[in-house]
Amino acid sequence: MAYYILKRLLAMIPTLLGVAVLIFLLLRVVPGDVVEARYMGEGGQFQSQELMQIERKKLGLDKPLWTQFVTWMWGIVRLDFGLSMWTGAPISEEIKLRFALSLQLALMASTIATLLAIPLGILAALKQDTWVDYAVRIFSISGLAMPSFWLGILLILGMLIIFKWLPPMVFTPLWVNPWDNLAQLIWPALAVGYRYCAVGTRMMRSTMLEVLREDYIRTARAKGLWMKLILTRHALKNAILPVLTVISLEFAFLLGGLVVTEQVFNLNGLGMLFVEGIARRDYTLTQALVLLVATAFLVVNFAVDIAYAWLDPRIRYR
Amino acid sequence: MKRLAIVLALVSGAALTTWLPAHAQQPRSGGELVFPVPSEPPSYDGHREETFGLIHPFAPFYNTLLRVDPFDPSGTKPVPSIAESWTVSPDGLTYTFKIRTGVKFHDGSDMTARDVKASHDKIIFPPPGVGSTRKGQYSAVASVEAPNATTVVIKLKYPSGSLLAGLSSPYNFIYKADILAKEPNWYEKNIMGTGPFTFVEHVKGSHVVGKKFADYWDKGKPYLDGFRAIFMRDSAAQVAAVRGERAHIQFRSFTPKDRDNLKAALGDKITVQESPWDCVLLVGFNHEKKPFDDKRVRRALTLALDRHEGSKALSQIAIVKTVAGVQVPGTPFATPPEELYKLAGYWTDPAKSRAEARRLLKEAGVPEGFSFTFSNRGIPMPYEPLGVWMIDQWRQVGLNVKHNVIESRAYYGVIRKGDAEVFMDFQCGYIVEPDLDMYKFLSSDRNPANYGRYKDPVLDDLYDKQGRAKSVEERKALIRQFEKRLLDEEVHYMMTLQWHRIVPHSSKVKGWTITPSHYLNNTLDTVWLTQ
Repeated sequence: MAYYILKRLLAMIPTLLGVAVLIFLLLRVVPGDVVEARYMGEGGQFQSQELMQIERKKLGLDKPLWTQFVTWMWGIVRLDFGLSMWTGAPISEEIKLRFALSLQLALMASTIATLLAIPLGILAALKQDTWVDYAVRIFSISGLAMPSFWLGILLILGMLIIFKWLPPMVFTPLWVNPWDNLAQLIWPALAVGYRYCAVGTRMMRSTMLEVLREDYIRTARAKGLWMKLILTRHALKNAILPVLTVISLEFAFLLGGLVVTEQVFNLNGLGMLFVEGIARRDYTLTQALVLLVATAFLVVNFAVDIAYAWLDPRIRYR
Repeated sequence: MKRLAIVLALVSGAALTTWLPAHAQQPRSGGELVFPVPSEPPSYDGHREETFGLIHPFAPFYNTLLRVDPFDPSGTKPVPSIAESWTVSPDGLTYTFKIRTGVKFHDGSDMTARDVKASHDKIIFPPPGVGSTRKGQYSAVASVEAPNATTVVIKLKYPSGSLLAGLSSPYNFIYKADILAKEPNWYEKNIMGTGPFTFVEHVKGSHVVGKKFADYWDKGKPYLDGFRAIFMRDSAAQVAAVRGERAHIQFRSFTPKDRDNLKAALGDKITVQESPWDCVLLVGFNHEKKPFDDKRVRRALTLALDRHEGSKALSQIAIVKTVAGVQVPGTPFATPPEELYKLAGYWTDPAKSRAEARRLLKEAGVPEGFSFTFSNRGIPMPYEPLGVWMIDQWRQVGLNVKHNVIESRAYYGVIRKGDAEVFMDFQCGYIVEPDLDMYKFLSSDRNPANYGRYKDPVLDDLYDKQGRAKSVEERKALIRQFEKRLLDEEVHYMMTLQWHRIVPHSSKVKGWTITPSHYLNNTLDTVWLTQ
C-alpha cells in the first residue's frame, strides 16, 4: 500500500507539469494581453504604444516564451507563484483572500448534498416504483435540469419580493460573525448543493438498486437478517463507492468552478478570481489557479482511491 | 381658524422641504453611504489608471487642483478645489493658481503648492519608468512651477481652451511631494491624500471602506460619517442591492428596464436622475480597405441610419438615447439640433436619406447585396443592440452585413491590426470638452487610437485652431466645421447614438447631481443621507 501511495504521489508530478505547459501555451494563444486589457478597456484614446511597451517590459512580457516559462516553473518549484500581472500583489495573497470563502461554500454545499443524496437515493431504491420513488426522481431530475445560478436568482428574487430581505453583500468569516456568515453563504450553498445532491441521489439510487439484486444480499435476507442491518453493513458500503467518486470530484470542482453562482450572490471566491484572471489576461494568476484546481482534483482522486480500499476490502492496490 | 392656519403652515412647510432642490435643503450629517462598483482597479494610482472602478471608491480620499462644479448638470464648469482661485495672462499662456492654506494630508502634514507641482509633474512629465496615461492631454503645458507655498504657475507653449477642464480631471489626485520624491510609484499600492474621507480598508474583490476626515479643509464637510463601496460585477446583483435597500446608489448607470423595475418596486423610495452620457459608440471605416476608402460609400453608410427612429426604439431597451454630434447635447459646444440635422445621416426624412445612400453606393460601383463584415465588441450593453440595429439599417439600402463579434479584451488588439473593414469603436470622456472628445479623430500619425487609418491634415488643423481659439464663439464655429468635415463631408467616422446615463438611487441620498460623465462627482463631500 505504501508503495502504491508513493507511486501515485510521484505520478502527480508529470500530470501537473503537463497541465502547466498546456495552460501556459493556451493563455498566450488567446489574443490580447494584460497591458491591452488595462489600458484599452475604456477607449484608451490617449494611450501611446510607448507606454504599453514600457508596461510589457515591466511585466516581462517582452521576453521569449521559453524564458517566461522557465522563470514561472522555477518559482513554482520554490512554491513562489509570483505576482499578479493585474494588481502586482503576490498571487498567494490573492488566493488566500478568496480561499476561505470558496472552501467553506464547497464544504457547505457538499454537506447539504451528501446529507440529502444518500438517504434519498436509498429510499428511492428501496421503494422502487412507488410514489416515494417517483417523488425522489422528480426532485432529483429537477435539480439536474435547473442550473444552480438560475436557482440562485430565483432564491434572491424570492427573498427580495416576499421577505424584502437580501443576504449580506460582503463576506464575514465564520469566526468573526457566524450569523452574518451563514446568512450570506447558506443560499448559494443551497442552490449549488441542490444540483449536486441531484447527481448524488440518482447515482445512489441506481447503485443501490444494483447492489440490492446481488446474491449476497439475497442470501442475507434469506438468513432472516434485519433489513436495516443488511443495508448498513452490506449494501451501503458497496453501493456508496461510485457516489463517493461523484461527490469528491464535485467538491474539487466547487473550489474553483462556481463562476456564475458567485456572480449572482456577489461572492468574492476563487471562481470569480478565475474569470477575472482570464478576462484580464492575468497570465500568472490564471496559471496559478489552474494549477491549484488541477492539484485539488488530483488530491481528491487520490483520497477517493485510498477510501475505496478502506471501504471495500476486496480492493488491494499494488 | 387659527389652528387650521398653523396646520396649513406646517403642511406647506413640509411640502416645500420635499419640493426644494437637494442642495437647497439643510444637509444632515451622519450615516454611511453604500454603493456597488461594477469594476475594480488594478492599482490605486489615479495618474496611471483610467477606469471608473478607481474613481468611484478611491476619489473620496483625494482632492484635485480644480474640480467640476458638483451641482452643474452639464458637468463642464471648473470650480476651485485645492486652488482657491486662478488668473490667466492676457496672452493665455500663463495660468496662476492660488493654493488654499490649511489643507492637510491624512497623515497630518500640510499640503502646499510643492505637492501640487510634484503631482502635476508626475502626470505631465512622468520620470522614466512611471506610467501616466493622460500625459498626452497636456501637450500644451511647458512647465509647472511653485514659486511659493501658495502659488502654482502653469506655463503653456500655446493657448489651450481645455487646460482648466484638464486640470479638473477627477484622476489628477494631489499626492504628497515628499513621498513622490522617495518612491514615484508609492501611490500604486498606498492611499494618502487630502480628500474628505480617510482610507480604512480595501478587501480585494470585495469592498473599500472610508471614514470622515475630521481635519478636512472644507469645514462642515463631508456630511457622511463614511462610505462603503462594494465591488459587484453582476448588474442583476447591483439592481437587487438597491432594490433590497442594501445599497443606496450605483454611480455608473442602470438600463431603462432596471430603472422601470426599481421604480415599480420601490415607488417614492427611489429617485431617478438621467442625463445624456459623455460616451458614444462610433463606427469606424478602415480607409485602407476597399470600398471604404471611398467617401461616397462611407457617406452612404451613415445616410442609411434613421437615428431619430432608432433613438425612440433603442432607448427603451438600451443605454443609448440622444441623437448627437461630436459634443454631448446640452453642453456649451454642442451643435443645436436644427444645424445638426443638416448633416448626412441626421436628416429627419429617412426615405430621402436612404434614396441618397443607394444613389451614392451605385455611383461608387457598389453592387446591390454587397457583403462586408462589421466587427463588434463582445459586450452585451449597448454594443449588441446597436450592432443589430445598424445591420438592419444597412440591409435597407441593399447591403449584406456579417456581424463579427470579438471577445471584449481582445477587441482592440484585433482592430489595431487593421484587418477589420467596418468596426465599432468607443469614446468616453471624464468631462465634456472638445479637445478631449475630438482628439480621437485626429490623423493616425497624430493619434494611434484612430483605427480608421486615415490622415486628414485639414481636420487636424481645425482641431488645433479650435483648441487655441480666442473666444467661445470662434471656438464654436471651428467645432462646427470640424464636425461637418468629420461626419458629413469625409465621414471618417460616424456617430451612433449618445449613451444615456440612468441613475436610480435611494431617495435618502441628497446632494448628488448627475452629470454626463460617470467619472465626475465622486468626491462625496456634498452627499448626505436624509436618515
